[in-house]
Amino acid sequence: MSSITASPQSTGPPEEHESHVTSYPRFIARSLWLATEGSLAFYAWMTVLTALFLVGANAWANQVAGGMIGTNMTDHVSWGLYIANFTFMVGLAAGGVMMVIPAYLYHDRKMHDVVIIGELLAIAAIVMCLLFVVADLGRPDRFWHMLPGIGKFNWPISMLTWDVIVLNGYLILNLHICGYLLYMRFLGRKPNPVWYVPFVMLSIVWAISIHTVTAFLYCGLGGRPFWNTALLAPRFLASAFVSGPAFIIAAMVLIKKLTGVSGLDQPIATLARIVRVTILINLLMVASELFTEFYTGGSHVSAAKYLFFGLHGKTALVPWTWTAIGLNITAALLFLWPGLLELRWRPLLVAACCMAFVGAWIEKGMGLIVPGFIPSTLHEVVEYVPSQLEWKVTVGIWAFGLMVFTIAIKTALPTLKHPAEH
Amino acid sequence: MTTTEPSTKRSLPIVENFGRRAAVKGAFATLGAGAFVAAISPLRQAAKNSSAAEFMQQHYTELSADQKADVIARLEAETKEQYGADVTIADDRPIPGTKFVYAINLSVCNGNGKCVEACHKENNHDRDTNQSYIRVIEMPKGTMDMEQGSTTYSGAVPKDDKFYLPVQCQQCDEPPCVDVCPVKATWKEEDGIVVVDYNWCIGCRYCEAACPYHARRFNWKKPEVPAEEINPNQSYLSNRVRPVGVVEKCTYCLHRTRRGKLPACLEACPTGARVFGNILDKDSNIRWILENKRVYILKEELGTKPAFFYYFD
Repeated sequence: MSSITASPQSTGPPEEHESHVTSYPRFIARSLWLATEGSLAFYAWMTVLTALFLVGANAWANQVAGGMIGTNMTDHVSWGLYIANFTFMVGLAAGGVMMVIPAYLYHDRKMHDVVIIGELLAIAAIVMCLLFVVADLGRPDRFWHMLPGIGKFNWPISMLTWDVIVLNGYLILNLHICGYLLYMRFLGRKPNPVWYVPFVMLSIVWAISIHTVTAFLYCGLGGRPFWNTALLAPRFLASAFVSGPAFIIAAMVLIKKLTGVSGLDQPIATLARIVRVTILINLLMVASELFTEFYTGGSHVSAAKYLFFGLHGKTALVPWTWTAIGLNITAALLFLWPGLLELRWRPLLVAACCMAFVGAWIEKGMGLIVPGFIPSTLHEVVEYVPSQLEWKVTVGIWAFGLMVFTIAIKTALPTLKHPAEH
Repeated sequence: MTTTEPSTKRSLPIVENFGRRAAVKGAFATLGAGAFVAAISPLRQAAKNSSAAEFMQQHYTELSADQKADVIARLEAETKEQYGADVTIADDRPIPGTKFVYAINLSVCNGNGKCVEACHKENNHDRDTNQSYIRVIEMPKGTMDMEQGSTTYSGAVPKDDKFYLPVQCQQCDEPPCVDVCPVKATWKEEDGIVVVDYNWCIGCRYCEAACPYHARRFNWKKPEVPAEEINPNQSYLSNRVRPVGVVEKCTYCLHRTRRGKLPACLEACPTGARVFGNILDKDSNIRWILENKRVYILKEELGTKPAFFYYFD
């Protein structure tokens, strides 16, 4: 078993005593087994997530059966909470690349040891993106119309087809990278760089592309002045590089506490330093956008007016917006303070991450999607507040995403606890 | 070169109560799967309303004549079964050498809303939501800024200080709604009409976001129309009763106009503000108006090139 006949330098499939046909299923079985082993707290956590997911699944089934009249969307505000969350989750998926870049481009060894956390987050986030898109479809039964080959794929004209390609591509890339590394670990072999490093490099470019294309969905629409800005894609990326690292920092603090994985403090510090910059870039872009809107004035500014101050007495989004601004600025100030990186201020660091995360969620979710529709293209002001059904479906998808992330981290724990020697 | 730890890592760890734990895990997995099936059971309701033939149906442009006939027969039977109405669904195709355009005389329109109502009835819109493809904006005189207008006006019309701007699908020559559709469920036909294959649309509503004229509508619920009120003269690409969960839009009443009749909104207009015709016909009234009147194009700066014009006396 332990004698390896193939040369480690060989690039072809290495010869083994056991073929992949039998060892791969054993790897999957072992991963599944590992992922379902844990403390009572773990089982409680998974049970709660399962319950929430089931509530969401049931709400979605009711939505499909009864029509989307169960949501509070209208012909005026035709996208709502689902697309808001979709947009945010694309950012979260792209945000994981802020671990990959230091690990692979700057050869940060400590980051390299735990970079799989970012890649696993990307997988969970993309799964959530796809679920949010499906939840938003009026006819999910016709999903196959979008499959190239058997359906009719309006590529390259429709930006949505580009999004389908880049999101699924990113999912496959990350599944391959994580799957390959974990499988090699299971076989006890040193991963062959040829089989994953090129894909990691590709995934860096790809991460930028998923959020750029998602911004192009909106900013290419001439009839929606609020979205029709060249700054949208850069803004999306900046906020993604806030929310992604913020989530990962909080997750790593938790992982350290719960599992005793060591070597996380230096990556946490690196990510915190990244957020310190990206959160300011994001705020700068928001300020630049607002200056252009309000100083120019005219009817172009109506949506921003609605978002920040309300329009014709309609103010549903105003409290949300100012909450986001407050959270973003507070988080930015906290990240500027060098003491935040000290070990004794861990709870404050996590709090700052949560603020930045929620701030980005509001800003890029409801704060971006809804004002695109208010006022409508005929300048009518019809407000939108998500219905209970929409919240249930949304919580259900979040619960499912957290389940995927938890299981993925569990599977990767042996790798995280005992990183391979360099 | 070789790592030292592999052999132990390659097999499952020996857990004393492995069998029992596996059984417990299996039981919980089964329980979870069962709960999931129960949670999504409302889907069975949805499945009941849609047939296998509908699920498998190909895109309109790829149906053979025989397949089209089958689809239409199925749709007619479904309307009978679900709405209790006997309807005829035709497959009206563009007339060669025709390009339809519409014009409205803003000096004459008085905001009476008869066009909105006629559209509602002609196109078998949902009665509950009072749906229509036309919205009329009451505008203060002295501006073309829709921000100043209102679609929810009431009282006697016309008011002295107002004028009225009806808006419906502009049948753009550069339609953003067609560009964004991920599945080509909507397209522009040779006579200029932008149509939707209601049996191909996946309901993503990207077109609704892309349209600058609020011309598209989504079927948030199954349309409800009493059998006696259903307009039985239907066409596949226009006013047949739409399924739930898909987008629809004004088709210049192609089930009428492609048979030489005028759109329902025009026929209903008591003021004569509406003019419709074939712009390729040099002797047509519409051609004369566009060549001689002062013409205004809604949101012309967006480059959508509407086939819909407003003019003044």
